[in-house]
Amino acid sequence: MANTGAARDESAVPAGAPPTRTGASPVQLNRVIHERVRLGIVSALAVNDALSFNELKDLLGTSDGNLSVHARRLEEAGYIECTKSFAGRVPRTEYRITPAGRRALNAYLDHMQALIERVREE
Amino acid sequence: MSMPAPHVPENREPVALHDRAMADLRYIRRTMERAGAFTAVPGAGGVVMGIVALAASAIAAGQSSPDRWIAVWVSAAVVSVGVAVFAIARKARQAGLSVRSGPARKFVLSFLPPVLAGAVLTAALYPLGAERLLPGLWLLLYGSGVVTAGTFSVRIVPVMGVCFMILGAAALVSPGQWGDAYMAIGFGGLHVLFGLFIARRHGG
Repeated sequence: MANTGAARDESAVPAGAPPTRTGASPVQLNRVIHERVRLGIVSALAVNDALSFNELKDLLGTSDGNLSVHARRLEEAGYIECTKSFAGRVPRTEYRITPAGRRALNAYLDHMQALIERVREE
Repeated sequence: MSMPAPHVPENREPVALHDRAMADLRYIRRTMERAGAFTAVPGAGGVVMGIVALAASAIAAGQSSPDRWIAVWVSAAVVSVGVAVFAIARKARQAGLSVRSGPARKFVLSFLPPVLAGAVLTAALYPLGAERLLPGLWLLLYGSGVVTAGTFSVRIVPVMGVCFMILGAAALVSPGQWGDAYMAIGFGGLHVLFGLFIARRHGG
């Protein structure tokens, strides 16, 4: 049995790394979507085909700058896609979740569930 | 100690992680619920639709022929659709939401089938002289549409749909001449009542 006691979640998964699906241990905690705003973006997009920048901003109650930084990080990781278009003259940015993003969210949910179950067993 | 215990690394940390995991799961669930709900159901628009229906039932009750009676209700339906589209678009715009977003599309797509079924049944039943069934049928099917579409909205919307369905079922087993009264209570009363509630509780 692997020892999971040594390294904690500080051993960050580097940005852009593929999501890990192997079991649940603090070592493999997915840092890309662990952060609150990013977790919110991925969760919101998981139940919508697409959401615009402003919709996400209102939903998560965050600032323009904050949202765009976190959205870019998720985009770099390949978890969300961004399309830019114009509605008349107003630029419109739309986000969608990618299959990799959906997998990462599911893995994260499994992970959280396993953490909870482990404590309940004790 | 020569071997680290694999299951119980330390006492404090699993509990902290556990709390964090619970908080995360709650946050994910809440975000998904809020992001998935279509909140652009307009209360004010509902009130206007109710007033249109109240006026229509007063006019319809005074008609001598079935042709004129149904013409009144079909006109009222057309006006109400216009009011609804305008009010939804306005509320969505005010909230900075897209009327083409996922929840909005799901709302419309689940609302339409029962309503279209109602239109088809009306066209089929009316020539057979079964117009006494129509008020009950309209209330029942409109209610079904509101219940199914309301799954994607705030809780109060499907509750309103259930009220419509109950009223429709009652109308179907009631004497035919009560039809306009049921229409007034349903499309008039329920729309105004729930419209005021939604406008107060859910903004507009």
